Parts: sequence; structure tokens; C-alpha cells
Amino acid sequence: MSAQHPSDALVRAYTRGDTDLPADRLWAVEAHLEGCSGCRARLAAEAGGLPDVTALLTTVRDGLEPGLAASRPAARGARRVTAWTTPVMAPWLATIVAVTAVAVLLDRTARWSGGVSPVLLLAPALPLAGVAAAWTRGLDPAFELTAATPRAGLPLLLRRTLTVLAVLLPVHATAGLLTGVALAQWLLPSLALTAAALALGGVIGVGRATAVLGVLWSAAVLAPAVTLGSAPLLRPGGLPGWAGVLVLGVGVLLARRRAYTTSPGPR
Amino acid sequence: MTATSGVADTAPRTYAHEIHAHDLTVRVSRDRLAVDGLTLSLGVGTHGLLGPNGAGKTTLIRTLATVLRPTGGDLELFGHSVRDSGRHRELRRRIGYLPQEFGYYKRFTVREFVGYLAWLKEMPDRDIPGAVQRAVERVGLAERADDRMKSLSGGMVRRVGIAQAIVNDPAVLLLDEPTVGLDPAQRLQFRSLLKELGRESCVVVSTHLVEDVAAACTDVVLFDRGRLLFQGTPDDLAAAGTSDQPGDSPLERGYSALLSDSAQGKGSW
Repeated sequence: MSAQHPSDALVRAYTRGDTDLPADRLWAVEAHLEGCSGCRARLAAEAGGLPDVTALLTTVRDGLEPGLAASRPAARGARRVTAWTTPVMAPWLATIVAVTAVAVLLDRTARWSGGVSPVLLLAPALPLAGVAAAWTRGLDPAFELTAATPRAGLPLLLRRTLTVLAVLLPVHATAGLLTGVALAQWLLPSLALTAAALALGGVIGVGRATAVLGVLWSAAVLAPAVTLGSAPLLRPGGLPGWAGVLVLGVGVLLARRRAYTTSPGPR
Repeated sequence: MTATSGVADTAPRTYAHEIHAHDLTVRVSRDRLAVDGLTLSLGVGTHGLLGPNGAGKTTLIRTLATVLRPTGGDLELFGHSVRDSGRHRELRRRIGYLPQEFGYYKRFTVREFVGYLAWLKEMPDRDIPGAVQRAVERVGLAERADDRMKSLSGGMVRRVGIAQAIVNDPAVLLLDEPTVGLDPAQRLQFRSLLKELGRESCVVVSTHLVEDVAAACTDVVLFDRGRLLFQGTPDDLAAAGTSDQPGDSPLERGYSALLSDSAQGKGSW
């Protein structure tokens, strides 16, 4: 509001309802009072000494009080988990954690016959499921409502993706420690796939993007691992390639950051 | 709860109509245009968007809500083209939208859900509890505000949908079939709420019920197969009908007359 506060005389004239106060000054005082709590305190002090005004205020207050008593706004400061996740994402995250646990069990106890640890095979692709739950029309009942709000778009998608990673990366790191899979070996593909899903999601929709990448992962990594017992793409020599995918994904994401406010439809 | 008067209220308006579509087309599949060359201006008031099922009403509303991108032509909201996606954020703060299929989170209470939408609409944190309370009271759900959504009846869920749409005091309010699931008494209350909202904002209500339009709207937009057939007052619509048209009220007869003109020899369904 304006930095210039009305003078005491002006506030007094306003409080008394002086008829000789010109309309433009009256409006200016009124507009200022709406936004300035300090001047409202001065107004209240001024009004306290005027029986007419206090009587009027009492009448108004008595009339309003029953309605105000019935109306109870929620207490402020209720924790807002929904700013970071939706109720839809929780079961998906729980499932992913469970799948990771199963992968660890397989690796440790069931005498996994293949040459590649199931943790390494699954950990990079699992965040895709979380990302899908974060922003897919078919999975989120309130998707249409959310998509029409100002917060919809890349920042909200990134926020929810961060939640997915914040939950899953520690779990996968623990799984890696338990099974002896090197950190870089799963973390880099994991981040690369997530970035690629978000980048591709801007073009064909996040749900479809995660499905496409999931299929690609199955064909290029899971299938050879199961049939041949090796995963050429996950060898240490492949790491620069994954780093490249990660950089490319982030680049595309930044370049097309405005494409996320409307749903990608048919051209 | 006071609505804070701010710069947005006092700034001079730079547009003639809240909504202005020029030759707008929206493609929904490879071979179907749901909106086909629509030119339309809507200002402050309650506008009834009337048309048979499949006329393209939902697609039009979703385009107005900036969820769908126009394929051709242009759409301006508050004088700004929606093609500039950098402005979407700013435009959407001033829009309220109730989709036809209103999805919600069952485990949320009414207050949590409306508050969540208020947060998504980027309302200032300190304004949210008051705004939520006011919106919930306006749709008559104050008593149920702390109940979970899954415990509500269909009509109540619909009213929560209306509450979330009006929580940010939108200048453009888009309601897609809002009266579905409301009982007759609720429908009457809803109509008076519509009239009240239409005094200060541009309200677009899509419906296929002629009587909703008659009771609550200041303006009728008749829409079929993606094209504008008629825009005018409910009285104008009634005047378009003759007594030999099918229908139980003057409005229904006007509706049938205008629709049969456009159908021209197509099957009766």
C-alpha cells in the first residue's frame, strides 16, 4: 500500500463521518485503511471515544456473532503433504519399495543364476512407475482438475518426481549396499531414465512416455539379462552413454519447459 | 473474510470481453473437429451453453479452461491469446473450472480437498482457510466440511466441485454439466448461486437441460456439431420456436426449431 499515511486529523474526520470530507479524500483514506493495519489501529483508538460509533459497532457485532460462531475455518499450518505428493502416489511407492525388497531377497537367498543382480536390473527402471503415478490422467482421479490450475506444469511435475526419487533412491542405495552393486552403476541409468521420461512426457504425455521407456528397458536390458545372463548396456563402459542420456533429457526438459501446461493432444 | 482489493480490481480493463473466440477450431481426433470455426464473445453474465450430447460442449469448455490447445483460429481470455503458453499461469489464476467428470481423492475431507485446489490455484497461504470456508458455505456444505469425501452423496460431491471452482473468486467460471446429480431443491439453490456469480464474473454453464438455462442464465449459446447456432437471451430463443415444433415450453420449442434447422434431413436422433 502507499507509504503515505493519513494524518491524525484526517483519520479523526473519517471516524466521525464528517460530511465536509471531500469524496476523493474519503476514498483515499478508506482504500489505505483496507491495506494498512497500523492505521486501522489508529482508527480503532479514535472510534473508542465516540459513543455513536461504538454503539453502531456493537449492533453490527451482535448481528454477526451467531454466524461467525457457526463458521469455523480450519486451523492454519495443517501439514501439507499434498504439495509434494498425491494420495494416488503412495500405493505405487509402496509397491516399488516392495519390489526392491524382493529383488534383494532374490539376489541374496534364491541363488540367482543369471550373471546380473536383479537389483541392478530393476532399480533403474522402478522410478518410472513412480513418475507415471505422479502425472498420468488415467491414474489420478483429480488429474483434469489439477491440469487446469496455474501450478500445473513442469514445476509441479518436478516436485512430485523429486518426491519419488527422495523415497526410492535411499531404498535403492540400501539395496545396492546389501547386494554389492556399485552406486554409479544403477544411479546413473536411474536418473537418465527419469529425465528421459519427463522429457518425452512433454511430447507424448508422461504416462505414455514411462510405458515406452519401460518397454525399451525390458527389451534392451531385461531380455538379454534373462536369456543370455548378461546386460551389455549396464557394463561400466556404458556409463558415459547413460550420462549422455541424462544430459540430453535435462536439456530437452529445460528447452521445452513451457510445453507442460497443456495436455499433449492430437495435432 | 474480506476480499482484498488489489491492483487487479482497480486496473483499467484492456479487453472488451472475458472470452473471445475467433474462428476457433479444436481437433479431438484425426478426423473429427469438436469445435469447428467458432466465433463467440462472452462477457460478464451467466451464459448457458446449450446443445445435444456430442455437440462439442465439453471440448469447448476444456479449451476455455486452457487444458486443450486450439488447433486453428484464436481464443483470447482477458484479452490475451491462449496460444502464448507463458501466460497460462496468470490466466488460470483467474479461472474456475468444474469438469464434467469430477474426480477427487476419497480420503480427503471437503476442507482439505478445496484447500488443496486453492493451493494449486496459487492463492496466498494466509487467504486459503478463509476462502475455503466461504466457498464451502456458499454451496451449503459448512456442516460437512470436515467429513471425508467418500462419505458424501453424489449431490454433495457435485457441490464440492462447485466450491473448488469458486474458491479463487474467478473472473471466468466454467461449469460443465454442474446440475447432474443435484436434487430439485439443490438445483434451485444452485440456480440462485449462478445468478449471483453472474453479476460480477463471466460464468459459462454447459448443460443439455433447457430449464436450467431458462431459470438462471442471462444469455444462451446454442451449439451443435462444433458450430454456433444461436446466441441471445432466453426470450430470443423462445421466440425462435413456433407452436408446431416439438417441446413442452417455449424455450424447448425454440431449441428444437434451431436444432432441426441445422440438422437438415439428418436422422431424428
